[in-house]
Amino acid sequence: MKKLSYLLATALFASLPMLAFAAGTIDGGTKQAVNWVAIGMFVAFVAFTLGITYWAAKQTASAADFYSAGGGITGFQNGLAIAGDYMSAASFLGISGLVYTSGYDGLIYSVGWLVGWPIVTFLIAEQLRNLGKFTFADVTSFRLGQTEIRILAACGSLVTVAFYLIAQMVGAGKLIQLLFGLEYWMAVVLVGGLMMIYVTFGGMKATTWVQIIKAALLLMGATFMAGAVLYKFGFSPEALFARATEVHPKKTAIMEPGGLISNPLSAISLGLALMFGTAGLPHILMRFFTVKDAQAARKSVLYATGFIGYFYILTFIIGFGAIVLVSTDAGFLDGGILEKTKSGIAAIKGGSNMAAIHLANAVGGNIFLGFISAVAFATILAVVSGLALAGASSISHDIYAMVIKDGKANEKDEIRVSKIATLFLGVLAIILGIIFENQNVAFMVGLAFAIAASCNFPVLVMSIFWKGLTTRGAMIGGFLGLISAVVGVILSPAVWEATLGNPKGSAPVPLDNPALFSITIAFAGIWLFSVLDRSARAKVDRGGFDAQYVRCQTGIGAAGATTH
Amino acid sequence: MDARSHETIQRDPNYQELVRRRSSFGWTLSLIMLVIYFGFILLVAYAPKFLGTRLGTGVTTIGIPIGLFVIASAFVLTGIYVSKANSKYDRLIRRIVEG
Repeated sequence: MKKLSYLLATALFASLPMLAFAAGTIDGGTKQAVNWVAIGMFVAFVAFTLGITYWAAKQTASAADFYSAGGGITGFQNGLAIAGDYMSAASFLGISGLVYTSGYDGLIYSVGWLVGWPIVTFLIAEQLRNLGKFTFADVTSFRLGQTEIRILAACGSLVTVAFYLIAQMVGAGKLIQLLFGLEYWMAVVLVGGLMMIYVTFGGMKATTWVQIIKAALLLMGATFMAGAVLYKFGFSPEALFARATEVHPKKTAIMEPGGLISNPLSAISLGLALMFGTAGLPHILMRFFTVKDAQAARKSVLYATGFIGYFYILTFIIGFGAIVLVSTDAGFLDGGILEKTKSGIAAIKGGSNMAAIHLANAVGGNIFLGFISAVAFATILAVVSGLALAGASSISHDIYAMVIKDGKANEKDEIRVSKIATLFLGVLAIILGIIFENQNVAFMVGLAFAIAASCNFPVLVMSIFWKGLTTRGAMIGGFLGLISAVVGVILSPAVWEATLGNPKGSAPVPLDNPALFSITIAFAGIWLFSVLDRSARAKVDRGGFDAQYVRCQTGIGAAGATTH
Repeated sequence: MDARSHETIQRDPNYQELVRRRSSFGWTLSLIMLVIYFGFILLVAYAPKFLGTRLGTGVTTIGIPIGLFVIASAFVLTGIYVSKANSKYDRLIRRIVEG
């Protein structure tokens, strides 16, 4: 009962900015028209997910419930949740926007985001489920020195989560500003507040169900949109492409790779970051602990790969649909920019990220526009919740329970610490979201992937497969990967020139993404310092491999699902 | 649930077969995926005009089916692994667990 009243109070608090906003627009202050349908649908989504959170809160008692939903999620559900984590607002609006402005280049990105999944299935998913319990550090520290490896994993996780979170929060603020006409800071507070409610009360169970519901809504919405676009062209992609090349200022150049990827090394480096970063993102890796066993883990990636691949094909059609239906309709264009550039593509209201949103209006009218806007908001909410939970688990499970309390923490205390950590991360996310409002944060997602690929992934894969790995090798190599990824990003053109304002061409590192060298440095460091390691600890590390490998292959002794 | 030590399991022929098969298959499939993906990236970087070759008289270029092929291959390769694991590997694991 106490929990419920808390929940209602916080929900009321969270909806306050919205009420204030509504009152404000009646006075006629904001430019953006109030979209009551969108607000209504979003409020319905929030109310429904808070209901789920209440249900989940009643069932969340143990640490296993909080971190991994008691291992009771099925492979199909987990597949949807993983797909949901991946189908963020950035990939939905960003990739359809990229297709809208550059055509084929958008597809290159989608492909890169997808191809990490098979690798996860072949090398990581089952092994992770068999060896770990709550966080991927359970796996990397299985036979290595607990304290050192937990700290390394926590650093890798928290830095990844922090950059990803900042990018999502800033994106959320901007998007909600555009969609609902809400003030930037209010949007950021709303997202942060709701996220804290979901995670602290409902733990992994609520976080997963919010993600599943959103993934289903997003897949339905995108299917409808792509279907409506194709319907207008008699279900002939050729007819759609033909019309798009007529109206797009780049003409038939949109049907081939453009200038987006000009430097081959840069392209390969980005490809590596996307591919192996996927296998090192803590909020994704965590999902493999929510299923019953290794078999369910592998099935969940198959479902996820299917959903994500299908979704990216839809975004491609949506982008082309927007070229045809949005860039030619004065209602969606900014008259001033149109006058100057004579290009409907450049003149889109709110920038290219709004392509999918305007298309929703074009094919489904105001009600569908409201639906897609609400889903876009829900997407951000679901993704930040997963991120916050991953960060909080790292603090409470890896740092508090395993390092500070040396594995002897009382379960109640551990859960309390993770809830406090969630609140801390929520407040931090809100503050950082506000600080970074006017910064270019586009590089941050790339940075998160680069760090995941250069610190988390090498240590994880070497600890699973290489007997010779030692604690010292993992520590030095992992930190070298982490540092070189961060330094590489700072010295890259995206940050050195675009964000820090240094002259063009002065960036010390020509690659936009450092993964190519930072992954190499990490693996080389791990190998070298492990081989050179003659310490007593190294003997223990190598000696523990066989037992670990047997468990990793067979699942004998793996953490089971708790039953309710 | 299982009293056997890892040394005993390591000597179990079922275990040896599982490890041999699964790791060679897993790494082979990973390699195939890497070759397909980086082959695509290299085409994008070095032969964008090839990807821009038109199919027949329309505007659709060969890059479209190639891109779709890479997306489909990710799903198909995962599917191949999962079906093999569901049938072969799980059976071997059951035998190992039962001793």
